[in-house]
Amino acid sequence: MGAQRKGAPRVSEDVELSRQNLQAILLADSFTTKFRPVTLERPKVLLPLVNVPMIDYTLAWLESAGVEEVFVFCCAHSKQVIEYLENSEWYSHPGFLVQTIESHNSISAGDALRFIYDQQTIHGDFVLVSGDTVSNMPLTDLIQEHRERKKKDDKAIMTMVIKQSKPSLLTHQSRLGTDELFMVVDPSTKQLLYYEDKTDQGKGTICIDKSLLMNNPSISLYNDRQDCYIDICSPEVLSLFQDNFDYQHLRRHFVKGVLVDDIMGYKIFTHEIHSSYAARIDNFRSYDTVSKDIIQRWTYPYVPDINFSGYRPIKLGRQGMYRASEAIQSRSAEVGPFTVIGYDSKIGSGAKILNSVIGDRCSIGSNVLIEGSYIWNNVTIEDGCEIRHAIICDGVIIRAGAVLQPGVVLSYKVVIGRNFVVPAYSKISLLQQPTEEDSDEELEYADNSSGTADISSGLTKLNIQTASEAAETDSWTTSELGPGGAGYIWEACEGAHDEEWKHSVAPIPKDKLAEITQATVDDEDMLAQDDGVLPPSGELKSDADSLADNEYSNDDYSIFEKEVEATFLRAVQENVRVEHVILEVNSLRLSFNMETADCTGAVFYSMLKTAMDMPHNAANELKRNAESVITRWKGLIGNYVKQIDEQIEVIMKFEEMCQESAKEFAPLFTQIMHFLYDNDVLEEDAILKWAEEKAGADESDKVFLKQADKFIQWLKEAEEEEDEDDD
Amino acid sequence: MPDIQSMVGEFLNILRKRKIEGSQATARQTAELLRSVISQQRVPHTNQAGALIDAVKAVGEQLIAVNPVELAVGNIVRRVLHIIREEDLSLTTAAMSGLDLLDVSDDEDDSKRSSYPAMSAAIVAAAARSTLRPPSLQTLLEGTPDSVTVPYTSSSGGDSEGKTADKSSRTRKLKHDVIETVNQLISEICTCHEQIAEQAVEHIHQNEVILTLGSSRTVLEFLCAAKEKKRSFRVFVAEGAPRYQGHLLAKELVARGLQTTLIPDSAVFAMISRVNMVIVGAHAVMANGGVIAPVGVNMVALAAQKHAVPFVVLAGSHKLCPLYPHNPEVLLNELRSPSELLDFGEFSDCLDFGAGSGSTLLHVVNPTFDYVPPKLVSLFITDTGGHNPSYMYRLIADYYSADDLVV
Repeated sequence: MGAQRKGAPRVSEDVELSRQNLQAILLADSFTTKFRPVTLERPKVLLPLVNVPMIDYTLAWLESAGVEEVFVFCCAHSKQVIEYLENSEWYSHPGFLVQTIESHNSISAGDALRFIYDQQTIHGDFVLVSGDTVSNMPLTDLIQEHRERKKKDDKAIMTMVIKQSKPSLLTHQSRLGTDELFMVVDPSTKQLLYYEDKTDQGKGTICIDKSLLMNNPSISLYNDRQDCYIDICSPEVLSLFQDNFDYQHLRRHFVKGVLVDDIMGYKIFTHEIHSSYAARIDNFRSYDTVSKDIIQRWTYPYVPDINFSGYRPIKLGRQGMYRASEAIQSRSAEVGPFTVIGYDSKIGSGAKILNSVIGDRCSIGSNVLIEGSYIWNNVTIEDGCEIRHAIICDGVIIRAGAVLQPGVVLSYKVVIGRNFVVPAYSKISLLQQPTEEDSDEELEYADNSSGTADISSGLTKLNIQTASEAAETDSWTTSELGPGGAGYIWEACEGAHDEEWKHSVAPIPKDKLAEITQATVDDEDMLAQDDGVLPPSGELKSDADSLADNEYSNDDYSIFEKEVEATFLRAVQENVRVEHVILEVNSLRLSFNMETADCTGAVFYSMLKTAMDMPHNAANELKRNAESVITRWKGLIGNYVKQIDEQIEVIMKFEEMCQESAKEFAPLFTQIMHFLYDNDVLEEDAILKWAEEKAGADESDKVFLKQADKFIQWLKEAEEEEDEDDD
Repeated sequence: MPDIQSMVGEFLNILRKRKIEGSQATARQTAELLRSVISQQRVPHTNQAGALIDAVKAVGEQLIAVNPVELAVGNIVRRVLHIIREEDLSLTTAAMSGLDLLDVSDDEDDSKRSSYPAMSAAIVAAAARSTLRPPSLQTLLEGTPDSVTVPYTSSSGGDSEGKTADKSSRTRKLKHDVIETVNQLISEICTCHEQIAEQAVEHIHQNEVILTLGSSRTVLEFLCAAKEKKRSFRVFVAEGAPRYQGHLLAKELVARGLQTTLIPDSAVFAMISRVNMVIVGAHAVMANGGVIAPVGVNMVALAAQKHAVPFVVLAGSHKLCPLYPHNPEVLLNELRSPSELLDFGEFSDCLDFGAGSGSTLLHVVNPTFDYVPPKLVSLFITDTGGHNPSYMYRLIADYYSADDLVV
């Protein structure tokens, strides 16, 4: 490339880039159902996080990071989001343009991005975040870095933000409640080479493509990096989504798709942040974690005592106690450290509040215990209740003496009856649990009909519902929530039940931890017994174009064997010509990257298997079957036994079968060997060589050698005779 | 001219996001903003001062509320309010002495008295005070010509307005004078470093050892001014954890040719016996002479007291706050992100709320400021000279009017 070519256009490009508005896409929809039942009535981005809606954290951060134009993509409950934004101060911020994009039929992030692509509103590099991101990281340097890299390398289309955060050793779960994430990064260029967030934790192994090791001088494998779900993308990302209409999930489909696809050669890079904070609220556990991080001020300046959005700041006292000036607290009430108490809330005498967030206009009776809970606005808690690690939405009423066990989620306006004990991890809502029609994990929120109903009608509907509920109190008095209670207890979806503790606000119970500890100990024992079959760094999987070598995983071989068997079976049934079968087996061999010897084994295996599957009563019949199959398909097997090694493979395979899968052949070992010899499938050299090899083996391995002893002896004698004849 | 509302909004945003640091910059921007507020404010014929005061108060309230910890904002708002009152007073007295405007001004005074019953007393008090106290620089420059000459020719801008009718010139006069004085205030804020630095030679002597903590522009200028005057001395810089601004200061000092030693904060007590004087900057000086300063300064002050080393605080007059501190360690403090103290990634396993009782055993507290009680301070050096901590209230009475203490 000449210097001339670089000169002039570069400058204009720079000018263009610097003029470009920095745009951001904010997905105001998480496209998951993890926050149900709360999200049935309200979009997730509007849920209060330490008394301020989540979306305000994201918008405040984007605004101060220098983003000039934000497209808020609304899907479920779009009317509520739009109405909230219209009444907020974000629309009137100078130099910060907030626009909403509404779509009703997008069911995934991929759909959303395709929709945005159609709108043609994104012109340059953009920031892609979801509306539940809390961060205070500066973006300017990162965007500069991304643009410069893009200028050098057209294929660098995305920069992903990651942060160090150690996963728990026991549960293999990050502190945000997501699964342990493995990623491989090139340490010099920071290019992302591998991304896996759904690992089989039981095994303790991961599979990495061997070509990663071959193509890169060095790679770093991380399991203690947290994906912040903040991406700087080039416009190509949108067109990629457009081209691959089946991309739904940003990580599972898009990132993995890009990493695997080597035709387009697009690259993803990572950017690690150290001093700044970034996290995404994905489930109830991360809601809890991020709330506590905010209270402990990791997200500074987005903390409750700084008015970063339209909400009134709450004064910070000693020991991280945030208390609104208007809150009324009884003298005998005990409010512990790292607690937030909102405006106009009343706390009765003898109440004890620890590590909790209490919203505005709540009324808390006397002798109430609240620990590690999130209580939103307008909640009434009567005397003597006990609440541990729960999320309680707006308008809930908890009657005197009720107890909430850890992990409970009470959705809007639920009433818990007097002295009722809500079992741990239950989710209660006034709305009935939707039937399983959308159990597919890609389907989101409410079914579109009820979910996107505009807020007014949604609210009136709710009002009618509550009114009718009030009318038929009789039905509720006998309800499942104690006397005077209102609401339905949701059934945990099957399978998810034992996962409940993972994603709940409650800390993992001790007995669960003990259970996991026990399990891991067992696992380790098992691994120890395995005698270290698996290398600690993980098993290496061979690549299609890698050099032929003897390393292949057992999985691949067994699949190959099955394929060959199926082919052979079809050949037997349909009486296919031998040449065609050979052709098919050969093509299988190529596609599985196997060697001829493997084919020999597989073909022979299939033959004997077929023989065994034929009806037979006694060993004699079985022998006859085998002989007939071998005679019929001599041409096929003959094609693969041209070398001694392959013939030995046949014997070994046969031996293995006799020991394991087809023990019926065991008594017939010598006879079939002899038959194979007679039919020129095996030569005497091969058999003798096998005998030699086996001579040094363990006693247990020698069973068949001994059985074949006579035969081998006879072969040797025959050979000697021949030799003598020659002489 | 940009819309004043959006300017206010923008500055509010900057304050809110904590994007501006240092009281000098904050003070200057606040003064500039208030100047444009005043210049854009339409004044009625009657009760001009009241209208201006209301306008400034309305903006000032918002500014103070958005970051109550940045005391310089409140100080400047109060200073500007004081300026308006003073100017109004001097104009009124001048008008009363001048015969040509007698009727009009009388009317105005009457209306003002009726609408602001509380103010009349204040004016009397202010007048009484101004006769009692030694004349400040401002009154020396402004007050004397006003009372002698005819109002509209007193200041530089008066010529252009001389042609207009008396009444309208009187209307613009107040605004004009106020803006003029606010300009003076801004230049005063900008030059406070030089004003303070001029006094350096009087305080730093040959072969002395000076200790400072963290980084302050005022301290830097002060030390360099002494160096320029051929004083030879050594400086110990405590690094000022966790932000380590002492490193920057040390770099600057070395660049200007000063013999510098960088020490950790924890070594202050060990070194203090070799030190002749401690010089530090301040975030704010309270009315009782207490100092709000970067974290760690209180420790230095205690060490200095133990070894009877003079503890000198440099503060521009915009840092003088007319409020008395109440619970300053908490209420006048800002807790910043713990990430300045430790690496989140390394400690993330200690902050896992999923295990155990759901609350962490590790709490990280990162306060920005320390409160140094007045008894530990030997001397304040402001742009008007050196003062005792016990003299602060007097200085404050010069700059602020008692009506504005609560904005």
